[in-house]
Amino acid sequence: MLSRTADHLFWMSRYTERAENTARMLDVNYQTSLLPQSEAVAEVGWQGLLSISELLDAYKEHYGDIQARDVMDFMVKDENNPSSILSCLSAARENARAVRGTLTTEVWETQNTTWLEVKRMVKNGDFEKDPAQFFEWVKFRSHLSRGVTVGTMLMDEALYFMRMGTFLERADNTARLVDVKFHAVQSDFFGTANEKDQEYDFYHWSAILRSVSGFEVYRKVYRDVIKPERVAELLILRPDMPRSLHASLNEVVSNLRLVGSDPNSETLRRAGKLRAELQYGRIDEILATGLHAYLTQFLDRVNDLGAHISREFLVATT
Amino acid sequence: MRKFDEMYTRLPYEFFSKGEQIRDHYKIYDAWLARQPGDMMAKRREEAEMIFRRVGITFAVYGEKDEDGSGTERLIPFDLIPRIIPAHEWASMEKGLVQRVTALNRFLHDIYHGQEILKAGLIPREQIEQNAQFRPEMVGVAVPNQIYSNISGIDIVRAPDADGNAEYYVLEDNLRVPSGVSYMLEDRKMMMRLFPDLFNAHRVAPIAHYPDLLLETLRASSPHTTAEPNVVVLTPGMYNSAYFEHAFLAQQMGVELVEGQDLMVKDNFVYMRTTRGPRRVDVIYRRVDDDFLDPKVFRPTSTLGCAGLMDAYKAGNVTISNAVGTGVADDKSIYPYVPKMIEFYLGEKPILNNVPTYMCRNKDDMAYVMANLKDLVVKEVHGAGGYGMLVGPAATKEEIEDFRKAVQANPSGYIAQPTLSLSSCPTFVESGIAPRHIDLRPYVLSGKTVQMVPGGLTRVALKDGSLVVNSSQGGGTKDTWILEDEALLGAPAATQTQTQSD
Repeated sequence: MLSRTADHLFWMSRYTERAENTARMLDVNYQTSLLPQSEAVAEVGWQGLLSISELLDAYKEHYGDIQARDVMDFMVKDENNPSSILSCLSAARENARAVRGTLTTEVWETQNTTWLEVKRMVKNGDFEKDPAQFFEWVKFRSHLSRGVTVGTMLMDEALYFMRMGTFLERADNTARLVDVKFHAVQSDFFGTANEKDQEYDFYHWSAILRSVSGFEVYRKVYRDVIKPERVAELLILRPDMPRSLHASLNEVVSNLRLVGSDPNSETLRRAGKLRAELQYGRIDEILATGLHAYLTQFLDRVNDLGAHISREFLVATT
Repeated sequence: MRKFDEMYTRLPYEFFSKGEQIRDHYKIYDAWLARQPGDMMAKRREEAEMIFRRVGITFAVYGEKDEDGSGTERLIPFDLIPRIIPAHEWASMEKGLVQRVTALNRFLHDIYHGQEILKAGLIPREQIEQNAQFRPEMVGVAVPNQIYSNISGIDIVRAPDADGNAEYYVLEDNLRVPSGVSYMLEDRKMMMRLFPDLFNAHRVAPIAHYPDLLLETLRASSPHTTAEPNVVVLTPGMYNSAYFEHAFLAQQMGVELVEGQDLMVKDNFVYMRTTRGPRRVDVIYRRVDDDFLDPKVFRPTSTLGCAGLMDAYKAGNVTISNAVGTGVADDKSIYPYVPKMIEFYLGEKPILNNVPTYMCRNKDDMAYVMANLKDLVVKEVHGAGGYGMLVGPAATKEEIEDFRKAVQANPSGYIAQPTLSLSSCPTFVESGIAPRHIDLRPYVLSGKTVQMVPGGLTRVALKDGSLVVNSSQGGGTKDTWILEDEALLGAPAATQTQTQSD
């Protein structure tokens, strides 16, 4: 397969996944903001959201103070923000258009329709009328996009690069989401919450769970009240939780194996090592070094992995 | 001057004339249309636009913006009323097309080799050698099967002959990178989706196998004897106006769509960059003009091609399709000689006629053109896409005088033709159903044999009275039906499905 084609497929999937995760984060913040809470707490929530996406400075430059409405506008429909839902869905569609011949008709039409619809919805103000419904729509378009991909694409390199993009992006996004608490309260979490934090914690961690559709999963797996360390374990280490770091890395590695022809591939070695650490890792060890420190290092390594994939497969140098 | 309509025997026509003025091959369609509720066409058009938008069948318009300032993608206007041609008319047209394209390919081979036609004095030597489309780089270069134009788009119009009888004329040959075939295929798909009952009632010759014929043609043109030649489609990229078509054809043929940056030349072989390293390329169906193919030979600033491509090509290691230098045969200044070429190379009388053409480079012709500008269509010999032409009867006095000066300044840059009364076809426009002028572009494929799918792309000038059908100038498209003649005679056979008896 052409390197350029693989690149477009990889990024098409990454942008689709990113749009979904942005919608998930915004939805949770929006739902939380409907609970009784002080303005200061609400502001901290929105600020955390910008901070984990590394967009706080860009936001402040354009909008100044943290206002719920402005943050949502910035993250949903601001074309100057490359991570806004509108920008991500446009970028996904542009990438799809560049390789539409490689996609099945259904995959292409799904991407194209999503783009046509999101433009229409933004223009008509549908998102302002009912943010929750809009976020739900973004999530379901992403479900549809993945489903139509797995359901119609030939199981060859094209599909493997798309899947790789999806799961590398998901690993990144879930890690950021788990890290949100650090950004929100500016203190690291070492596994023991003091009492006054406990009530806040419950809402905070259950919101995170909900954002990854993990609330019911948590209850099913642990049959326990919401405990921060268990939420962290579920989202980082459980291989059976589809949005966890471990599950995402499993997919990245298996798809890398399918496309790679070089047994000494450095990309595969790094991906395998990162996966092994998740496979044999324990949550108490992770918390002992500090959750934020752990996640920061994880994000760096995911970023490094993306660069290696790009160099080995996507940008041909010879 | 006599005018023809494809559907009606008399003009101007009234709609729903109860069948008495309908040409035979439109009778079933007319009866069907009369049965439809009044708002059916408007609803179907809306449906078609929605589907085209979703499927992304669009073309980019250079330098234009949407009202929200973002996209530059336009839908190609698609008309719901088919253009129908009876099979016996098509059969003769097809013979004429095979003959014409065969002669044009013979001419191209001759021009780049022995130049017998110049030696015979049939075409003035300077007409060829001073033509910007003549590529000296191609002299003596062998191309597979001696075929230069593998894909030819021949523009045909139906108009009155000297006796006032309808005849098909060739208006133009397109031998470089003729486009529009994807619209031919998508128009048919759309018609079958919108009006399945019409296809039950007619025997319309299928065209969906075009991509198979194209692939067969390209593979037959491979320079290597390998069983699996690697064919690619070369596109200038997704911002090109015809990008949809490039992607569509690559997908339909199951071959890679490449850009210049995906190719490289090493030791006179062409490779594409893949995720598993370089892979050799045998045949390039290029949708990039000659000028951009190789910055080492042609335009040095081009990033759309690949440096070294011409060396690999001349070494016989890769096929470029259509060949480099085909433009010398489809130039408007060469067009008048095509009937002579047919007689010279094939020893046959042309089956399809040219439109009478005055070459301003000839003194007598020039005098005639100057005296009759207001009745003539004058074209720049290198113009394309409906630009650089004067339609005398539709032009203002100033426009005519401006053109007169331009022609006088450079007579050999222009040709003139009588204003043809192009046939019209009922078309669904804003004001309802009205006659609009049409042409036809069949796509002729030449590899080891010459073949084509029945029909082609019918283009329609959507503006009332306009004769310009190019999509860049407000033209639309119609599905083109070649109708088996027997189907006209009796009622269509009903298909019956077996059901369980109780």
